[in-house]
Amino acid sequence: MNDAQTTQIPVTVLTGYLGAGKTTLLNRILSENHGKRYAVIVNEFGEIGIDNELIVESDEEIYEMNNGCVCCTVRGDLIRVVEGLMRRPGRFDAIVIETTGLADPVPVAQTFFMDDDVRSKTRLDAVVALVDAKHLPLRLKDSREAEDQIAFADVVVLNKTDLVTPEELSKVEATIRAINPAARIHRTTRAGLALSEVLDRGAFDLSRALENDPHFLEAHDDHGHDHHDHDGHHHHDHDGHDHHHHAHPSDIHDVTVQSVSLRGGEMDPKKFFPWIEKITQMEGPNILRLKGIIALKGDDERYVIQGVHMIIEGDHQRAWKDGEKHESRLVFIGRELDAERLKKSFDACQAA
Amino acid sequence: MPTVAPLDLQGHCIAAVFLGDVPHFALADGAVHRLDHGHKTVQANDGLLAAVYDAANDRLITGGEDGKIFSTTAGGNAAELASAGKKWITSVAAGPQGAIAYASGKTAYVRFADGKTKEFLHPRSVEGLAFSPKGMRFGVARYNGATLHFPAADGKPVELEWAGAHTGITFSPDGAFLVTTMQENALHGWKLADGKHMRMSGYPGKVKSLSWSAKGKWLASSGAPAAIVWPFSGKDGPMGKAPLELGTRGNAMVTSVACHPSQDVVAVGYDDGMVMAVRFADAKEVLLRRPGKGAITSMMWDKEERRVAFGSAAGDCGVIDISA
Repeated sequence: MNDAQTTQIPVTVLTGYLGAGKTTLLNRILSENHGKRYAVIVNEFGEIGIDNELIVESDEEIYEMNNGCVCCTVRGDLIRVVEGLMRRPGRFDAIVIETTGLADPVPVAQTFFMDDDVRSKTRLDAVVALVDAKHLPLRLKDSREAEDQIAFADVVVLNKTDLVTPEELSKVEATIRAINPAARIHRTTRAGLALSEVLDRGAFDLSRALENDPHFLEAHDDHGHDHHDHDGHHHHDHDGHDHHHHAHPSDIHDVTVQSVSLRGGEMDPKKFFPWIEKITQMEGPNILRLKGIIALKGDDERYVIQGVHMIIEGDHQRAWKDGEKHESRLVFIGRELDAERLKKSFDACQAA
Repeated sequence: MPTVAPLDLQGHCIAAVFLGDVPHFALADGAVHRLDHGHKTVQANDGLLAAVYDAANDRLITGGEDGKIFSTTAGGNAAELASAGKKWITSVAAGPQGAIAYASGKTAYVRFADGKTKEFLHPRSVEGLAFSPKGMRFGVARYNGATLHFPAADGKPVELEWAGAHTGITFSPDGAFLVTTMQENALHGWKLADGKHMRMSGYPGKVKSLSWSAKGKWLASSGAPAAIVWPFSGKDGPMGKAPLELGTRGNAMVTSVACHPSQDVVAVGYDDGMVMAVRFADAKEVLLRRPGKGAITSMMWDKEERRVAFGSAAGDCGVIDISA
């Protein structure tokens, strides 16, 4: 990590529908004794019962960039507020952004990649989606935003689990998993999870992103028909009931987001980079997130890659360990993705 | 040889101005420091976000995190002028007849000298505010253009459209042109008589500082490794003309510009804290201040055209005396 990174303030984005538990989680972040100070950007002061001079109200202001790319949107209000906050940086250690229930998380995230001023002073840490276990099926029926929020998240807090039966819960979780196989899922009641599971995650930090999740894409590969057992790969406690091992699209209604998980051996860098470049240029509007660990032929370090629409970043992460299988794993989360074509063209990038 | 009287402060300087010939430095924490037979301080806003020098009344108007508007005059008299609730005040402007304008979220407010205020609601956030030098008229920079209001009358506002996010706004001193800074690396201008557009692009960075030269013949801007100075003396402004590039440096970006009050000279501040004065006619440069701790954020010439007050993002402020 270089100096620029260490001085960048981490930013956590909280998404989720009204009633999913965002305010409960925010109140915990603001009141618990964790030794850190947070500046919080909210849409309305309203429900937060804590008086804190570092709670800033901001009107959601989505700006399309004038560069001909429809998916290049940023949040103008956040640029302004972050700039203002960062003029007095000694007051807080991190920033939390609470979005409205219907907010699109994409412009929020892209602000931290596309605006030079914001990018130089802050770094996106993770996007956390709160989901109400009882009402998610209904939310998915009546809106696209609920699905987008899950699809875009690094961490999903599946909250209010006490209001549903174990069968309903596993179905809801399977739905979340079908929308986003790369996210970490935590089952909670009253947003009761360790704050370290949502704060300072480094989910967008290429050197840490996938280190947090050593089983990235291992257990939830829903692309092929390989069967993976679930033992030990979930990040929550098992409670003995039957799992849905496969998230068959037919099982889950009202889901328009799909994911394509790809797996292969060592890649030829001369083929892989032009390919990923081209895919993100052409399919960018359809890609919500992409994440991957790539084994490059002749390279003794793991290469990690991630993207938001057309924005893509990649870097070496760490050396391959002795005996570690040099395997490439890549997941696309989006809409109207041509899984067959992605798989074929990905496979064609493999080193001979 | 220019000499520098430094004033090392803690924090980001929002505005460096002369009030009654005394240099004042308004910092992001809301403290207004001054060099008046020693270093003195007065507290204005609790958290300062926007500031503008009101030349007609020789005062500094500030808005802040506390949702309040303060006026600070020479001698360190800070007084609250208005309050707009709990939300941040993101922009302030000073107008004719003692009127001021300020913005919070989607609302712009005008406060007249008698203390009466008027609200102007907008569908999108008010990003920037400026009064026209002539008549009671002010402009709002907003998403996809600018809006002109006539606060003394009840007429409909004039909408000027141009796609993109407009973040700041200024009128030319003769009131003929309106220029906005944009989220993308460009300026946009309108000739108000006929609504003709002026695109001023090609900047490598965002433009955050603008300054009109004497009589409004030129508009100097930051956002590049040189001060980019657009000609506005023709009736169509800079259309079809190339700008001057003054004080070009290979390894630093211009962050602040301040034109000389009467001559075609601009003070240019850089992201490494250096300040130069550059003459338009022959691009001749004079070093006014060596690089310091932080980017220059604000500069102003005094009325005697002898001194330049400057502030930086790191708090190393000061006054340059060019006559010495």
